[in-house]
Amino acid sequence: MYWEPEYETMGREELEQLQLERLQSTLHRVYLNVPFYRKKFDELEIDPDDITSLKDLRKLPFTTKDDLRENYPYGLFAVPLREVVRIHASSGTTGMSTVVGYTKTDIKTWSNLVARVLTAGGITKDDVVQIAFGYGLFTGGFGLHYGAERVGASVIPISSGNTRRQVKIMQDFKTTALVCTPSYALLVADTINDMGININSLSLKYGLFGAEPWSEGMRQEIQQRLKIKATDNYGLSEVMGPGVAGECLERDGLHINEDHFLVEVVDPNTLEPAAPGETGELVITTLTKEAFPVIRFRTRDLTRLMPDPCSCGRKLIRMSRVMGRTDDMLIIRGVNVFPSQIEAVLCDIEGTEPHYQIIVERKGALDEVTVLVEVSETTFFDEMKKQSELVDLIRRRLSLELGISVDVKLVEQKTLERFEGKAKRVIDRRTL
Amino acid sequence: MLRIRNLEAGYGKLKVLRKVTMHVSPGEIITIIGANGAGKTTLLKTISGLLRARDGEILFDKKEIKKHPPEKIVMLGCSLVPEGRQVFGPMTVRENLGLGAYVQYRRKRQEEVQQDLERVYGLFPILKERERQYAGTLSGGEQQMLAIARALMARPKLIMMDEPSMGLAPLIVKDIFAIIMKLRDEGNTILLVEQNAKAALGIADRGYVLETGRIIIEGPADDLLLNRDVQRAYLGRDLDGETKI
Repeated sequence: MYWEPEYETMGREELEQLQLERLQSTLHRVYLNVPFYRKKFDELEIDPDDITSLKDLRKLPFTTKDDLRENYPYGLFAVPLREVVRIHASSGTTGMSTVVGYTKTDIKTWSNLVARVLTAGGITKDDVVQIAFGYGLFTGGFGLHYGAERVGASVIPISSGNTRRQVKIMQDFKTTALVCTPSYALLVADTINDMGININSLSLKYGLFGAEPWSEGMRQEIQQRLKIKATDNYGLSEVMGPGVAGECLERDGLHINEDHFLVEVVDPNTLEPAAPGETGELVITTLTKEAFPVIRFRTRDLTRLMPDPCSCGRKLIRMSRVMGRTDDMLIIRGVNVFPSQIEAVLCDIEGTEPHYQIIVERKGALDEVTVLVEVSETTFFDEMKKQSELVDLIRRRLSLELGISVDVKLVEQKTLERFEGKAKRVIDRRTL
Repeated sequence: MLRIRNLEAGYGKLKVLRKVTMHVSPGEIITIIGANGAGKTTLLKTISGLLRARDGEILFDKKEIKKHPPEKIVMLGCSLVPEGRQVFGPMTVRENLGLGAYVQYRRKRQEEVQQDLERVYGLFPILKERERQYAGTLSGGEQQMLAIARALMARPKLIMMDEPSMGLAPLIVKDIFAIIMKLRDEGNTILLVEQNAKAALGIADRGYVLETGRIIIEGPADDLLLNRDVQRAYLGRDLDGETKI
């Protein structure tokens, strides 16, 4: 099932023609309407007329979150406010928020692109979609809401929080699809257990999860516990919100809506293009945004491109699930460590729960990592020998995966804090 | 069908088109809108070979036509309905249509000409009525129909029209646009240049807005109708006051 087959299955040559047309007109518009870009281009002596191929994109300067902050609130808008019908702000997990705007056409485009992602994830107009993302300045709630309405599904705009009520509504309203963060999906699964509800009595079929990095193991866990097909989707408010990319039911990488977003993967240190298929920082240029176009925006998200064709028939290139952010990447004794790597290992091991916390401390000159892992009640009250075997197993697997030794502590079920929004997995106590 | 990349063209020292990139797919009506002097007519003249491109690519059916003379481009299936009709006044309607069929004779397909004539008379019954009249005696609207019919006689794959509504009464404009839609429904591909943005976007699938030789916005026609830049390109014009079709 495709939402816009003419674009989702478009041939590469046609797509690149469309991308170039849209890139050139976007560049002319930002040069004309956004002083920030004009100044930056002039300083580097770049004339938008010099961009004659997609490869020329590399000549353009990057835009960073700092640029967005420095132009707070409306400095980067490319249309006057009277054309703007919506204002959102980033969720702000990392400092001051950034403000983005949408014209009427932008909202239409947004709805359409999210509709593509939802369709790819199995949603049709017969579905009852429970949107447990926060509504408000955060783009997650509204973005998915518009997309689901566009598809024609019945939308329950429940927003985030009050998990028991979520579960009750899920049961009573016969929700078929859950939309939230993956960590919240696990909390919902816990709550369903706590409330003594038989998962088979629910109507859930699909789950579309995003807004935070998660692992394949976590997907398996969610799929098994909620008995759904769980797909990953990706977006960020600076670029548009959800709808940038999403997995199809093959669940092997997220199709990027390339006719609207031109993507590059660069080495976050050198900013040179990463070798094909290599992991690096995702950089996005919007091709159709009117109110808030961005040129080469550094997402800080780490991913790699998967150019091989997908068996779903979509020709849009895929990106791997986000493996972390360049700015939540931990450097432990010189080694790069992603929290999602730790999660993947934990999910692989029998007897552990996918709730964990990573504590980083500095003892003397050395970084110490302690991973707190929740274990099921039975394991926790098991004999000491079994417990220490489990700790050893986790420790060995982690050091194998990460290339550094870490400390592991088991904690009782539900002792770690639960998060309704983005989970905070890392506590970094180092003062460098 | 038509793919243009970084096209540059102009007159003498004057650069009119600066890196224009656009495409037309089979079966589409594409409209190019823009103010006077934006480069719309220059673009059509360059595609049809009347003006030599300075740089860039023009691919028609995947063949580079940038260096082809106009008659060869018409032979390949790309016809222009020029601005201001340009019918041959002292010749009859029938003779004008015969000239349009010139390429059919060159293709050694003269036996098809009669059939084509029937077809365009079917589309424009008024031309059949005036078959023996001098083209110069026709009304503006009839001359426009003749210009379109003449282009159709070459059996083009792509029909380019330059301001077909120019100087015509609103009711006649409505007829002309109805004919353009009919042509599309019959499977023709049309590249339409118009100042009457609202009417053109009303029938087009997609559009490009040309401003000082650059495309500043492109997209589905419905989106362009809402777009402020489109309205800015028509500064001083009351979009809502234009002919509704």
